[in-house]
Amino acid sequence: MTNITSRHEGAAGDLTARALREALYAGLISLGLFVLFVGLKSDQNIRNELILVPRWGLLAIFVVIAMVGRFLMIAYLQPFLASQKVVNAATGMLPDSMASRFFRLPFFIAAVVVSAVMIAAARGLPDNIAAYATIIRGLAIIYSLACLFYMFRIFITTHFTVLAVAALVLYPIVIVAIFGAQGSLKWVDNFGIQILIYVMLAWGLNIVVGLAGLLDLGYVAFYAVGAYSYALLSSTFGLSFWVLLPMAGILAAFWGMILGFPVLRLRGDYLAIVTLAFGEIIRLVLLNWAEVTNGAAGISGVAKASVFGIWSFDVSAPNNFAKAFGLPMSSAYYKIFLFYLILALALLTAFVTVRLRRMPIGRAWEALREDEIACRSLGINTVTTKLTAFAIGAMFGGFAGSFFAARQGFVSPESFVFLESAVILAIVVLGGMGSLVGIAVAAAVMVGGTEILRELEFLKHIFGPDFTPELYRMLLFGIAMVVVMVWKPRGFVGSREPTAFLHERKAVSGSFTKEGHG
Amino acid sequence: MSLETTMNSDTILKVEHLSMKFGGLMAINDFSFEAKRGEITALIGPNGAGKTTVFNCITGFYKPTMGMIVLNQKAGKQYLLERLPDFEITKHAKVARTFQNIRLFSGLTVLENLLVAQHNKLMVASGFTVLGLLGFPTYRKAAKEAIELAKHWLEKADLIDRADDPAGDLSYGAQRRLEIARAMCTGPELLCLDEPAAGLNPRESAALNTLLRSIRADTGTSLLLIEHDMSVVMEISDHVVVLEYGQKISDGTPDHVKNDPKVIAAYLGVEDDEVEDVISEVESLEGGVN
Repeated sequence: MTNITSRHEGAAGDLTARALREALYAGLISLGLFVLFVGLKSDQNIRNELILVPRWGLLAIFVVIAMVGRFLMIAYLQPFLASQKVVNAATGMLPDSMASRFFRLPFFIAAVVVSAVMIAAARGLPDNIAAYATIIRGLAIIYSLACLFYMFRIFITTHFTVLAVAALVLYPIVIVAIFGAQGSLKWVDNFGIQILIYVMLAWGLNIVVGLAGLLDLGYVAFYAVGAYSYALLSSTFGLSFWVLLPMAGILAAFWGMILGFPVLRLRGDYLAIVTLAFGEIIRLVLLNWAEVTNGAAGISGVAKASVFGIWSFDVSAPNNFAKAFGLPMSSAYYKIFLFYLILALALLTAFVTVRLRRMPIGRAWEALREDEIACRSLGINTVTTKLTAFAIGAMFGGFAGSFFAARQGFVSPESFVFLESAVILAIVVLGGMGSLVGIAVAAAVMVGGTEILRELEFLKHIFGPDFTPELYRMLLFGIAMVVVMVWKPRGFVGSREPTAFLHERKAVSGSFTKEGHG
Repeated sequence: MSLETTMNSDTILKVEHLSMKFGGLMAINDFSFEAKRGEITALIGPNGAGKTTVFNCITGFYKPTMGMIVLNQKAGKQYLLERLPDFEITKHAKVARTFQNIRLFSGLTVLENLLVAQHNKLMVASGFTVLGLLGFPTYRKAAKEAIELAKHWLEKADLIDRADDPAGDLSYGAQRRLEIARAMCTGPELLCLDEPAAGLNPRESAALNTLLRSIRADTGTSLLLIEHDMSVVMEISDHVVVLEYGQKISDGTPDHVKNDPKVIAAYLGVEDDEVEDVISEVESLEGGVN
């Protein structure tokens, strides 16, 4: 007995020593990583000279966080997880037991109470303490939402599509009810419309990359074609949004085929490079063909979309929406209308994609991703199959583009840089290639996440007034992406839904599907 | 030799003076043979003899340097295969093939693999996607029929229980059978099999023999196969063509080829001047057996 205890103590001593050692390494690594871009800051002094401002305090905080985190992880979290595994194996409660112990009804009630108290208390507190209250409130809200998802997980997974669409339809109404017409602008426009545009773009690119397996790095070109088609044709010929929406789609599809032809023979990296160049060519043409596109200044005053020509959102128009219904003037109605419009367009994209996957053309796309030579041996014309994938993907990009122009009222080449293509592709990869639900979640996380990270003001109260949290937005975002890719290397939804079945519909594991060779 | 294209109606494939050059290498040199309708023709030869190259020329994956490949359909239509792009050879000339290294759509289910093979038929039925997208009943009916045909071939290939599993999850032998079933779903008149028995155990290759025989008996499809497994070749083929260094060295019934001294020399690797000795050896052996 004494023997066992002493060995136990010895093991614990070893563990602490190891945790300390690992913490030291973590500290050294983070010191090396952060010393240049956190520890030193380049600045201008009063004589306009470039000087280095040391920020040793901030650097120390970063290093200490890394060290403490690593120590806790080795000394407490890892042994805890290991013992949980033993308990789970013994009780046969795998794999749900961890989650069921983490999400418990009393905890949930406590979290709801905490968030309510924090919301009520935050008003009366000084700034400094209010910042901490904000963090606790945020964590409590996230925890209670996660609890809700966990408790109703079976119901949610079985009815996900219906629930998600219903939630999106109700979203503007709920937001207006909470924040009022004017206060809803930020939530409907910056979050709702912005995310849905990316959902639609990513679903369009998903046809090319996720289904047909053709790596396209210049997708934003079709978005640009759609946006400029609408902006130019509406300002030159005065055509309405509803005429130009399909026309923008057709023009983008046409450009998709033009891109498709020369790249048919290319695969993989080569295809990616040529599509990348195509995206840049379109942008440079828009920038330099100033007689038509007005160059870098862009086209402003692009006409707004109307409710099928019945009600207009122009303030001066006699059939103005607000006047017709006797409502107070506000730009919120237009934003809410745009929200429903982009929701309808995105759902159309999803509907067509789901339908196409069950058509011979959709199956041919997926077969093309799996093995092009086998496709040809089965009599499939790979040229037309690739071209239709490019054209249909581009068409949805064109729709999204014309919507973008109508929403912004202004287009310029600035909006169609390579970064946009990269973000859209990242959404497709992060969501799981080919999966519509995964991509929608990824778009919400990527676009919504970067927007949410703008709201980091409270960190100023913790790190001091010199701290600019916006600078760390992309850093945090990058860390989040790395974490997701380590945790789910095939994206949020890695499996594939078969398009037909004989006995039962079984999802195909991601380990069998291929990414395509371009 | 005359370049006559008129053929007997029971000849399905006629390869004439086929040559294929890769740079300085003559992979196939003036190779001619015929395959009869409804027969199983085997193409054998030592490694590197050019068998797969012949296959790739017939199915359009290579364009031959010289020569003519004529396919004679049952309805009387003739196709010059060396002039058609690869996918049209399957689509119009009705020649299907399998591959030496299996090429399945591993991320698609077994059933989906067979549906992809019926692409052209379903494309027409779905009005090139437009009518199908609008939900016209013609496509729904055609899709149901396609699943029925797939079911038929799954039963033949003994894969019906695995229909909803990903193709990549099947065992090697099952993948080989699925590839044959997939090729049959294109409705071919000539089925070209590139080493269908490679890597199969004796029981699996016996099952393969049964499958190939039933394909010929039930559908009247002619078969052309490359094979190293002599138990398959000798048992099921009606006609054997032997290829060595890109040239035909023997052509005839399995028994004829088995005893052809040139074939024995090719497989056992004797010097040219020793061929005479081998002939006498074979003859004395046969005498002993008799």
